[in-house]
Amino acid sequence: MSLETRTPVIEARRICKYFGAVTALEDVSLKLYPGEVLGVVGDNGAGKSTLMKILAGLYPPSSGEILVEGKLVRFNSPKDARDMGIEMVYQDLALAGNMRIDENIFLGREWVRRIGPFKFVDNAASLRHAQEHLNKLKIEVKSVRQRVEELSGGQRQAVAIARATAFDAKVVIMDEPTAALAVKEVRKVLDLIKDLKQHGIGVILISHRLDDIFYVCDRVMALFHGRNFAEAPLAETNRNEVIGWIMGNKSPVAQAAKIFDLN
Amino acid sequence: MALATQTPSEARARSLRVRLIPYIDRFGILLLVLLMLAIGTITQPDVFLTWRNLSNIPGQNAANAALAIGMFVVIVTAGIDLSVGSVLVLAMMTTAVLARAQALPPILLVFVPILVGIGVGLFNGLGLTVLRLPHPFIVTLGTLNIARGLANLISGGVPISGLPSEVRFLGNGVIPIGDVQIPVSLVVIAVLYVGFWVFLQYTRTGRHLYAIGGNPQAARVSGINVERTLVLAYVLCGATAGLAGLLVAGRTNSGFPNAGIGAELDAISAVIIGGASFFGGRGSVLGVLAGVLVIGLLRNILNLNDVQVFWQQVLIGLVIILAVFIDVLRRRAGSASD
Ligand SMILES: Nc1ncnc2c1ncn2[C@@H]1O[C@H](COP(=O)(O)OP(=O)(O)OP(=O)(O)O)[C@@H](O)[C@H]1O
Ligand SMILES: [Mg+2]
Repeated sequence: MSLETRTPVIEARRICKYFGAVTALEDVSLKLYPGEVLGVVGDNGAGKSTLMKILAGLYPPSSGEILVEGKLVRFNSPKDARDMGIEMVYQDLALAGNMRIDENIFLGREWVRRIGPFKFVDNAASLRHAQEHLNKLKIEVKSVRQRVEELSGGQRQAVAIARATAFDAKVVIMDEPTAALAVKEVRKVLDLIKDLKQHGIGVILISHRLDDIFYVCDRVMALFHGRNFAEAPLAETNRNEVIGWIMGNKSPVAQAAKIFDLN
Repeated sequence: MALATQTPSEARARSLRVRLIPYIDRFGILLLVLLMLAIGTITQPDVFLTWRNLSNIPGQNAANAALAIGMFVVIVTAGIDLSVGSVLVLAMMTTAVLARAQALPPILLVFVPILVGIGVGLFNGLGLTVLRLPHPFIVTLGTLNIARGLANLISGGVPISGLPSEVRFLGNGVIPIGDVQIPVSLVVIAVLYVGFWVFLQYTRTGRHLYAIGGNPQAARVSGINVERTLVLAYVLCGATAGLAGLLVAGRTNSGFPNAGIGAELDAISAVIIGGASFFGGRGSVLGVLAGVLVIGLLRNILNLNDVQVFWQQVLIGLVIILAVFIDVLRRRAGSASD
C-alpha cells in the first residue's frame, strides 16, 4: 500500500515560527492521512505544542504553508481551523471551570433556538446532546450540569476530548492527553483514539510516554530543537531508536532524511 | 472506596445538597435584602414601609443600579471600569450644554448621554484590546480623568440648570396608576435588568462573556472572538453609565460638574455585595440588583434613623467586607462537603 497516492487530510510545509528572538520551529513539515494516527515526540521545548497550535489556528506561522485536503488554507483564528474540521485538545486543556460540562463541550458552538429575529441558547438541547455525546464516548460523569472546576483531572481531560470530537472533526490533535491520568484512564483515551481512527479521523498524538505511542500510532515523527529530526512507520522502528531521536541521536538504520521526502 | 460505602439514602441526601447549593448561591443574597427590610421596619415602624418612603428608593438608586449592571458585565469578564462616574458627568454635561444651546430637538437629546457613554466605552475597549494596555484598570483610570476633564471643559465647570421635559422624563417622570405614582426610573431599571438578564443568561455572546471571565484561553481556542466580545462589554458599561447620567440629569433638572464623583466605587460595591467575583465568570443579574438594594436600603435606614453620613460610609465598608466574607465561607463549606 502506498501512502503517497492519497491526499493528506492536513499537511504543513516548511513551517517556521519565531517568538521575538526565540526560534521555536524551523522548516518543519508534517503530513497526516485520513484514519492515520501520527505520534509526535521530542524533548521538552522541542516545538511540538507550537507546531500543533499553528495547525489549530491559534498561532499564525512566521512562514510556511498549511494545506487541508490538498487546498492551501490560512487560519486567522481557531474558529477558522475548527470550521474546517481541525480540532485540538490542549496540553493545559483550556476549559472554563466556571461553566457547566455541556457549556464547555459546546463552547463557541452553542445550541440555539430562534425566537423571531433573535437566537437564544437552548440549554435543554445542550444538556441532552452533551449527555448523548459523552455516552457515545463511554465517559461517565455525575451530571453534565456540573461545573468543570468540580471535576477530577481525568474527567476534565474527558470533557476536553469531548469538545474536540463533538462535531464532525477531520483531524483531532491531542497534546499530551494522558500526562495526568491514571492507568485505567490512559487506556480509555488510547482506545478512544483507535475509535476515531476507525471512523476515518486523522489523529496527531503528542506524548512523552512511548507506551502510548507504540500502542496506538501508525507512524511516529520526532522534532529536535524545532526541526524535523526523524520519522518512520511504527513497524519499521523500535523504542530504543525513538528514544535516541528524542535525545538527538540518529541510528544509521533510520535514514530519516531519506524517509522524510517532501515530494 | 467512598462510593461503595454510601447507602442509597445518603447518596440521595448528598445529591439533594449538591442540587441545593446553586440555589443558595443564587438566592442567598436576597436574605440580606430581607434582613435590611426587617431592620428598617423594626427601627422605623411608622415611616419605613410607607409608600412615601419606599417610592423614593427607586429614584435615589436608579443611577447606581444603571452603573452597577454595566459594571457587572465588565467584572464578569474579570475586568473593571473605573471611568463610569466620569462618563456619567460627561454624558450629563454634554446633554445640558446641548440643551442650553438648543442645538438639537429635545427628543433627540435623550440619545446624547447614551452615545457619549458608548463613545467612552469604545475607547476603553479598544485601549484594552488594540493598544493592549496591560489591565483595564489602566485605560479606565485614564478615561476617569479624561472624561471628567472634558465635562468641565465643555461646561466651564459651572452647573447648568433647566432641562427640557423630554430629557427629564426618564429620571423624574411618574406613571399614575390609580392612586399610586410609579416612578419612570423604576420602569427603566426593571426593563434594563430584565434585558441584561436575558442577554447574559440566554444569548451566545452573554455566555461568552462568562467563559472569557472563567478562562480567556478556553474562550479563544473555542473560536470565540475574545477581543470583540471584550470591546462590547466596555461599550455596554459605557452605555449604562451614560444612561445613569441621563437619570441624574432628569432627577436634578440640571447638569453639575461634581456629579458621579466616586460613583464607580458604589457600583463596584453593589456588584461585589451581590456575589460577583473580582476574578470573573461569577455572579448574576439578580445578585447585582440585590447588591444595589442592600446599599440603597442601608442608606435609607441610616437616614431615617438620623445616622451621620460619615457613619454610613463606615457601615457600607463593613457590609462589603462582610458580604464577601460570607461568600468565602459558603464556598469553603461547599467545596469541603464535596
Ligand atoms: N508564547 C511563546 N512565547 C515565547 N516563546 C515560546 C512561546 N511558546 C513556546 N515558546 C518557546 O518555543 C519553544 C517550543 O515550545 P513548545 O511549547 O512548542 O515545546 P514542546 O515541545 O511542546 O515542549 P513540552 O514537551 O515541554 O510541552 C520553547 O523554547 C518555548 O520556550
Ligand atoms: Mg508542549
